[in-house]
Amino acid sequence: MMAQHTGGSGRRFHPLSAPDFLPRGKLELLQLYRLQETVHRAYANVAFYREQMDKLGVRPEDIHSMDDIRRLPMTVKTDLRDNYPFGLFASPMREVVRLHASSGTTGKPTVVAYTREDVEVWTEVMVRSFVSCGLHEGDIIQNAYGYGLFTGGLGAHYGAEALGATVIPISGGNTDRQIMVLQDFGVTAICCTPSYFVHIIERARELGVDIRSLPLRAGVFGAEPWTEAVRKHVEENANIKAYDIYGLSEIIGPGVAIECEQQDGLHLFEDHFYPEIISPETGEPLPDGEEGELVLTTLSKRAMPLLRYRTRDITRIIPEPCPCGRTIRRIRRIGRRSDDMFIIRGVNVYPSQVEAALLEVEGTLPHYQIILTRSKGLDEMEVQVEVTPNFFSDRVSELENLRNAIARAIEHTIGIRAKISLVEPHTIERSMGKAKRVFDKREG
Amino acid sequence: MKLKQLSLFLENKPARLKTPCKALADAGINILTLSLADTQQFGILRLLVEDWEKGKRVLEEAGCVVNVTEVVAVEVEDRPGGLASLLDVIEQAGINIEYMYAFTFGRGDKAVMIFRFDAPDAAIEALQQSGINPVQSVTLYERSR
Repeated sequence: MMAQHTGGSGRRFHPLSAPDFLPRGKLELLQLYRLQETVHRAYANVAFYREQMDKLGVRPEDIHSMDDIRRLPMTVKTDLRDNYPFGLFASPMREVVRLHASSGTTGKPTVVAYTREDVEVWTEVMVRSFVSCGLHEGDIIQNAYGYGLFTGGLGAHYGAEALGATVIPISGGNTDRQIMVLQDFGVTAICCTPSYFVHIIERARELGVDIRSLPLRAGVFGAEPWTEAVRKHVEENANIKAYDIYGLSEIIGPGVAIECEQQDGLHLFEDHFYPEIISPETGEPLPDGEEGELVLTTLSKRAMPLLRYRTRDITRIIPEPCPCGRTIRRIRRIGRRSDDMFIIRGVNVYPSQVEAALLEVEGTLPHYQIILTRSKGLDEMEVQVEVTPNFFSDRVSELENLRNAIARAIEHTIGIRAKISLVEPHTIERSMGKAKRVFDKREG
Repeated sequence: MKLKQLSLFLENKPARLKTPCKALADAGINILTLSLADTQQFGILRLLVEDWEKGKRVLEEAGCVVNVTEVVAVEVEDRPGGLASLLDVIEQAGINIEYMYAFTFGRGDKAVMIFRFDAPDAAIEALQQSGINPVQSVTLYERSR
């Protein structure tokens, strides 16, 4: 890897991080150039975007300034599903070197593609993310994000290797082994979901291991929303700095935005991903500083450019410059989403997926609700299902089988084992209009 | 020969038994006997009432999920070995007992066992061939008065 030097402030810089510090004028020129290229590419290669743009009467040549982005069509999650699996690709398959997928509401996942250049950009933003968290060549990074179709594992892996760190590709799970590796391998940084790290802390305590005494000094936590209270807990109990990383597979995976040493908002790599904030109700753009739904346009993605993708994540842009010196703007930590999707152990789950599983098992849809709790730092999901005469059996074994069948169907759909509770009829509150299905009781 | 039994779903929480019992009481329905199967998470209350149709209606109106199942009542000698000899017959016939419970009328020298068999008709036949007559529904409720 390229040589590194230590800046006058004692901070280490990395050549790949240079765009973080571009003068705004130059950054905005770069954004416009890349936006024009992206729009041309999408229009020429993706039938969906050509149709959408034709419908709006906008052509790629009409993009003269960043404000013109508002003339472009928006993309929503269902557009990805409707074009399953490869309909939004702008590159021929021979140029696609990687596919990832995330869980979908109908059982069909959302597929995302990367060319070699896309993987390089992804690697670059992950390097910039790690640098922003104070990591550098020589760090030993335990990567406990899941490896596989989920983007977390491989995204962090490539970035950590390119940084010049030593990567331990341990993936998620097997907490005792995670703790053994933390102790024995001289690990200096860990990547995982914040809730999993809380669990690691608890388990270490049970095993009599004091994480505070280990060389571990940083955690890069993401793939689910978390709070300042969790940060405080983690930093105190593990004696580390805990950084929030944001990303989504549709855009690239982890590495869309990251905190810096200030831990006050996440710098968005806006030379590759252009942010807008819109009103989730009207879709109208909101000025910097106002809270709304984050909309992202990929500026350099080749295999799957997305125009104005509605993330459903609620945040706001922080226009003020950051004391760290980075010129790329920050967004506030994501606290909630505009739809009822929830994230549990880093996995996106929609109530409709649970519904689909219940339907599959019972043939009809009973009243149900989902209760999310946190126990020993680990997210738990309970599904309460009202018993109906249709499936009430006099036999205990049959009811237990039913519970197991529901749990299996849910696990099959979303990959998470839920606790299934059968409850008496009418004990779940009925609501007018859209039912509130999810009760998130996770705290801190 | 077969009796109608009402089964109710209950959550395993305090005070859950009260609703169905009160509903039956308000309707003037006497519970001949009952049994409660419970797991950590839920329970199944099984009831014998004379007018099961009315009982079912009353319970459903009270918001309960009610299931009607057929059980078989058999008298056994209220002495050591009384049940064992009965079970021999069932075992010989290769019939499975899903659950059973017992009660007495508080007088006499016999207890009544309530069985749920996986094959109730075959069970009745096997019992009768061994000279054991299941208790008729009418007899059962008459004797309880």
